[in-house]
Amino acid sequence: MYKIIKKKDLADKLCLYEIEHNRLAKAAMPGQFLIVKIDEKGERIPLTICDYDREKGTVTIVVQEVGATTKRMNAMKEGDYFKDVVGPLGNASDLIGLSKDELNQKKILFIAGGLGAAPVYPQAKYLSELGVSFDVILGSKSVNTLILEKEYSDLNCNLYVCTDDESYGFKGPVTNVLKMLCDGSISEANYKTIDGKIVKGRDICKSVDKKTYGHAVAIGSAVMMKFSCLTTKELGIPTIVSMNTLMVDGTGMCGACRLMVGDELKFCCIDGPEFDGHKIDFDAVIKRQAQYKDEESRALLRLNEGPTHHGNCGNCGG
Amino acid sequence: MADRVKVREQDPKVRAKNFDEVCFGYNEDEAALEASRCLHCKNPQCVKGCPVGLHIPEFIAELKNKNFEGAISEIHKSSSLPAICGRVCPQETQCEAKCVLGIKGEPVAIGKLERFIADYAREHGLEDNIEINKNGKKVAVIGSGPAGLSCATDLAKLGYDVTIFEALHTAGGVLTYGIPEFRLPKDEVVKAEVENVKKLGVKIETNVIVGKTISIDSLRNEEKFDAIFIGSGAGLPMFMHIPGENSNGVFSANEFLTRANLMKGFRDDYDTPIKVGKKVIVVGGGNVAMDAARTALRLGAETHIVYRRSENELPARLEEVHHAKEEGIIFDTLCNPVEIIADENDNVKAVKLIRMELGEPDEKGRRRPVEIKGSEFDIDCDMVIMALGTTPNPMLPKNTKGLETDKKGCILHDEETTATSIGGIFVGGDAATGAATVILAMGAGKKAAIGIHNYLMNK
Repeated sequence: MYKIIKKKDLADKLCLYEIEHNRLAKAAMPGQFLIVKIDEKGERIPLTICDYDREKGTVTIVVQEVGATTKRMNAMKEGDYFKDVVGPLGNASDLIGLSKDELNQKKILFIAGGLGAAPVYPQAKYLSELGVSFDVILGSKSVNTLILEKEYSDLNCNLYVCTDDESYGFKGPVTNVLKMLCDGSISEANYKTIDGKIVKGRDICKSVDKKTYGHAVAIGSAVMMKFSCLTTKELGIPTIVSMNTLMVDGTGMCGACRLMVGDELKFCCIDGPEFDGHKIDFDAVIKRQAQYKDEESRALLRLNEGPTHHGNCGNCGG
Repeated sequence: MADRVKVREQDPKVRAKNFDEVCFGYNEDEAALEASRCLHCKNPQCVKGCPVGLHIPEFIAELKNKNFEGAISEIHKSSSLPAICGRVCPQETQCEAKCVLGIKGEPVAIGKLERFIADYAREHGLEDNIEINKNGKKVAVIGSGPAGLSCATDLAKLGYDVTIFEALHTAGGVLTYGIPEFRLPKDEVVKAEVENVKKLGVKIETNVIVGKTISIDSLRNEEKFDAIFIGSGAGLPMFMHIPGENSNGVFSANEFLTRANLMKGFRDDYDTPIKVGKKVIVVGGGNVAMDAARTALRLGAETHIVYRRSENELPARLEEVHHAKEEGIIFDTLCNPVEIIADENDNVKAVKLIRMELGEPDEKGRRRPVEIKGSEFDIDCDMVIMALGTTPNPMLPKNTKGLETDKKGCILHDEETTATSIGGIFVGGDAATGAATVILAMGAGKKAAIGIHNYLMNK
């Protein structure tokens, strides 16, 4: 049993949980993930670790409510317990273990899309604490779904916030900002604020000439990563992505997380979750993610409406 | 000599639609009657066929006299998981293969008798009342599958303070995630046997992946374990590497069975989804293939087993093949997939098979399957399950400096002591040998317990 120390609503259907887990907090590294199972009947949900505190013995995750299990999860409160939390799983980011000089030479850019802000955060925090300079593009559909802006603005980096609906920051999507940064067309005049609010102490774009990056880390939905990779490929920036595949055990046993990287079959849990984004066939990944769509929709209906229509009656063919 | 007492089973038509146990087992009278068939050979061969050296003639003698307490205490001398072994051991190639009665007729049903007495003991609360003298030494066991459980049991009886670390959220390893309910009931049998191990003082910590959550070094240096047994089991499922294999609807048997057995995906009140096609092709001929096929059948699919050799070479237990056929599984033998065909949404719609014939024997003496050129044909289906075996899990060796493996990834070890390349660390089961059986893993766990005991006593 693992206690929820803190629960915070970050945005609509996006929730942060800080969980007590000594062993996991001690071992976790940026880039790794964990699996949480809320109770006896819950699914094993893989989630990238958003933060960890070795001294307090806690790990932090951000969860989006998408189906029956996450809906039940979001009904849980501070002081409640998750039945099972296991990790860290997968490999740490390749950036871990490099020296400050090596990291500075890489000219690193993080591209975080939507919920991707959570898995990017521990890597950015790690570099910030080392005193490495780097840039972050933090994108979201709208200002209402933008998360962790404050946390990123407290890091020692250049932060470029953007929204797809132009409700805040630069005009999204993230690829738009990336192109503007690289061709030098980004300008403060294009930055939309709310009630004059600009992120505290942030020098948004004054220092910007044409940016050059030697290494990008793009994390978000498969669609966001697909387009980020298309753009970075055009710009000649090597790009790492973190894959959030289907998964059951997370320890290399089930093979549900398999994907092609170039022409090699890889298991996300053992070989990943980070891969060379330019070698991923995102269209195949997107089709594979939809594999349980029917079952998941039924489960959600069942949770919302009880035993009404959830397949097997034969009337609707569902 | 009287015929073997027939064991009662669920009607195949009924059981093809439920997950209840197929075999009902003997009752007291049937067990005593079957036990009375034993000739009590002066030089019993059956024991030689058992990887854990079960006291077979002794427990059968007690059973014959309906002395059930005596029978179970004979079993406890060498086995910690009799209710499981009685159900899943391949007796026909082990103890029962050596039984003298088998020369002219049917051997004594040793497996069914073991199962009976183990169930009787559980139902009547007959416990293993062994006196344990603690010796103050700590041993960590990695994995709570058959190897880990049997190693932990023997070490606990020798007085060690044993902690098992389990990666999943439930103990039991393959007994829990792999073997289906209808062959090995989880609550009544597996959980009960795990509880028996705990009653010996063994602690089980779930959700700990050694090599990830905690390293072997910290187990030794920080948590002060004097020795470690690795029973981390099988790992990565094998695939065929044919076109279309990543299409939606292609699963490893491990994934399909884990969703069904561990996560109970087939029950509405559990969250984990499970897919079941209308027509399912299971590729492979081992016990895991039978388990996957019979699970898919129970979830309503027309199910085919596709196996590249002929029926005589099927590696599965005889009883499983027999049960599968009775339930209506269709066997397409001497066929092998060459391609999986998907629709525009990447969902499986057919498998292209090629016919095979048996050629020259391979190094194991089994005749090698050879493709018949130009014999390809398509078979429609909406789901494919690959049950081709596994390679050992790379996680632990990858994260443990100095732990050597062979080319296949099996952890190198001494055959006698089970010692690995690192002093004080021992190994057994699938992690050491590659995919094998429950009973061989148990045998390896017992052997390792002796290896660890000798190591720590001489230290």
